[in-house]
Amino acid sequence: MDAESAGSVKDSIAPLIEITGITKRFPGVLANDDISLSIEKGEVHCLLGENGAGKSTLISILSGMTRPDAGTILIEGTETEINSPRQALDLGIGTVYQHATLVPTLTVLENLILGNTKGATLDESEGRRRLDELASILGTDVDPNAVAGDLALDEQQVIEIIKALWKGKTALILDEPTAMLAPAGVAELGKMFQRLKAGGLAIVFITHMLHEAIEMGDRVTVLRQGRVAGSIGPDELRSEQSERLRDRIVEIMFGSEATELGDVAELHVDVLEDHPDQGSLEKATSDAGGRSIGAPILKLDNVSLEASPASHGLHNINLTIAEGEILGIAGVGGNGQAELAEVLAGQRRVDSGQIHLLHDGNLQRIDRLGVHARGQMGLRYVSDDRRGEATVGSMSVSINLVLKKIGDAPFWRWHIMQAGEIQRNAESAIENFDIRTPSADTNISKLSGGNIQKVILARETMSNPRIVIHNKPTHGLDVRTMLMVRERIRQMAAEGVSAVVISNHLEELLDLCDRFAVLSKGRVIGIVENGPDAERHIGDLMVGGTVS
Amino acid sequence: MKASDRVRTELTDENADGRASASDRRNGKTSGPSESSRTEKIRRAMLLTILPLLAAILTGGLLILALGENPIAFYGTIIDRGIVSPSGLQETLIRMAPLLLIAAGLIVAFSAGIWNLGGDGQFLLGASLVGGLAATVSDAMPRGLMLIFMLGMSAAVGGAWTIVPALMKARYGINEIITTLMMSAIGVNLASLIVKVWFLTPERGLQIPRTRILDVSDRLPTLFGTRVHSGLVIGLVAVIAVHLMMRHTTLGLRLNVLGANVKAAHHSGLKVSKLIVVTFLLSGMFMGLAGGVEVLGVQGLVRAGFNPALTLVVVPLVFLARMNGWVTIAFVFLLSVLTIGGELATRQAGLPNDFGLLIVALVLIFMTVAEYFEARRIRGERTVWQTMSDRLLARGGAGV
Repeated sequence: MDAESAGSVKDSIAPLIEITGITKRFPGVLANDDISLSIEKGEVHCLLGENGAGKSTLISILSGMTRPDAGTILIEGTETEINSPRQALDLGIGTVYQHATLVPTLTVLENLILGNTKGATLDESEGRRRLDELASILGTDVDPNAVAGDLALDEQQVIEIIKALWKGKTALILDEPTAMLAPAGVAELGKMFQRLKAGGLAIVFITHMLHEAIEMGDRVTVLRQGRVAGSIGPDELRSEQSERLRDRIVEIMFGSEATELGDVAELHVDVLEDHPDQGSLEKATSDAGGRSIGAPILKLDNVSLEASPASHGLHNINLTIAEGEILGIAGVGGNGQAELAEVLAGQRRVDSGQIHLLHDGNLQRIDRLGVHARGQMGLRYVSDDRRGEATVGSMSVSINLVLKKIGDAPFWRWHIMQAGEIQRNAESAIENFDIRTPSADTNISKLSGGNIQKVILARETMSNPRIVIHNKPTHGLDVRTMLMVRERIRQMAAEGVSAVVISNHLEELLDLCDRFAVLSKGRVIGIVENGPDAERHIGDLMVGGTVS
Repeated sequence: MKASDRVRTELTDENADGRASASDRRNGKTSGPSESSRTEKIRRAMLLTILPLLAAILTGGLLILALGENPIAFYGTIIDRGIVSPSGLQETLIRMAPLLLIAAGLIVAFSAGIWNLGGDGQFLLGASLVGGLAATVSDAMPRGLMLIFMLGMSAAVGGAWTIVPALMKARYGINEIITTLMMSAIGVNLASLIVKVWFLTPERGLQIPRTRILDVSDRLPTLFGTRVHSGLVIGLVAVIAVHLMMRHTTLGLRLNVLGANVKAAHHSGLKVSKLIVVTFLLSGMFMGLAGGVEVLGVQGLVRAGFNPALTLVVVPLVFLARMNGWVTIAFVFLLSVLTIGGELATRQAGLPNDFGLLIVALVLIFMTVAEYFEARRIRGERTVWQTMSDRLLARGGAGV
């Protein structure tokens, strides 16, 4: 954004960026489904929506990282194809990504002029001039010689914004810029938005926090399942009370209860038609209640993990889970869910606090025990990282089924592998969990995501589980496998096996769980019992409400 | 309405998948030993080893021709010296002993995803300490005891020299390629220093400082009246033991998991730091043992500056054998034939001694190229030539 052009006013009738009918399909997912929206000069346009609603795909199309399958992009009325990030920059569209893109060992100035070489040399004096100019527009002080890695997170973000604005005369796109910021940093960012807006720049900004959208946005668009679910224009945003606006947005985001239940009901009917013999699926539509819930089986006392640049950590988590209970962990992804799962599984040591597990009739302290010991006591973990962590892709299905039992009888005797036992174990898992694989010896990486999930589920639940941590158990699965996984969790709960279910999908948690703990920035900010009002309560907590 | 449509489509897709896998099963596309997999194995062996070997021989032959020598005579000498003549074959087998032990150490390390490239330092420290002490110790104890003691010591020294890289990797995640190479440089020079400072022979008038000579009668026993010493047996046993360990034991599977996916290793509750240290120690022990065997079996002494630099040649062999012990043994045999036969063949042809290494390098390069094409074929990718012609056509079309 040049200082001169900063003073220009809206002169044309056509919107700055107008996208029409954008559709993008990835294998198995329709990420963007006929999305149309317009981005105006001098406006902050907020994109809201659940994880997987298609926000990130949309901005990666705008920033030239992804090409749409269909649809057009008009920039100031001219149809334009954005084929690469470089082209997006040349069009004046700068993007600040969720992950850091600064080289930590270089100085601020070096980072900024890195991508803007003229010939073979770096033009330092020109870079300094541009940096001063942008810093004054943003109203901040920037030390060009500071090493990027030494800066605090919010300072680094300012540099990321300056980097995106370097050639960005048209639009600035930010993917969840407030996720890692403290409230003061968010306020500072809001001020910067005001200054940039005044200069005629368009800002597109993704957030999960409703109050940020209401306070900082001029226009709000909500995406849901790849489609535009609704939008709120500038006039309404300015005139309406924030309480009312918030209710409206929550309704657009999660849908009213009626339509939600309607969809689920239809889905069950379809499955039953397909498999009339699976009458047990009928249970899936029934409520989660009606089970007897026993004594506490897992207890967390003030469990804490230090925060790090990449994580909020965990702060004084206190939770108790009863035998046969299904506890849901709700919240926007990246707020401590993975950390909680790993701490419970024994993959990560707590920094302070205690964890107790019911074993041999009394609660025993387990926070110093490893994965294997906890597994033998009946605590199991179904990781969400199916290919990256939960399985070894280059090894067979049968070995992956005993991966957490290396050295245990009957699969190993005197440290020697008992191939027959491992084979038998695999055959029974393949049979009982309907794992579609050419054979037990097939490399697990050749299986589909759903079948890998079945292997993991079989491994974690086959021999006497007491409590199972499920991290996003149905993420990316087709409908039938999804229902099978949910049914398995429910069935085990009926047999007294507790579960902790972490999910980004509220609908899934509402379907499965007896209680919910809502996580935000590594803290439990509320516990909600399942019931008619649960969805609204959780929705309120998730979008930055206070503890009710 | 629309939601239910999508559900229906997905269900149909799932059904289609189910049918596909069932028909695969009928068509016998299952794994397990079958007629087709055996021919497939033979085809792979041909493609990945025999073909590259022939290509290397051909290319090398053209080079020899270009240098004005007779390639047929050259290769004839290699085969005669390396395999056919009894004395040459013995040399080949003698050369195999340390190479096999080094290969065993590399199989352990590479399977666990640990790049122990410091084998030369570990090898030489084992060799120097044995060279320095063997003659003196043999004065004090019977041969058998002395040999066991010396072999154990060489293994211990080789293992000990990996402790620094091991702890740095396990504790701080410091890249072991750098640390093992640096420790190797120190080890190589330290080995030479040890010979000069501590273990210098009292004999006078030597041009190169060296240790006392171990009597031939005190060295490793030879096999069946040949000059081939029992180090060959130690090497073969080591490679086969490592091969079986990696495939059938708890430690082997743990190391394989570590090498294939560190995150999965953590997730499965493996003690990753401990496994890293164990891997380094085992690997270093085989390297040190290789040094001990070479001194006790062949050299009988160590000169200052002695460094056969054997380990880095074995690295690509172990990879090309995909850490398979049996294939490694075959490759080590081939390497030994080429080096022993090549020494004489190059001398007779009046070529520099390094020409033998050139042939070895050609074999490795062609094997790597074959691996590359095979991997692309398996992934179903287009060949380089197809991709290149595509690009050229696309550029032409775009008018660039």
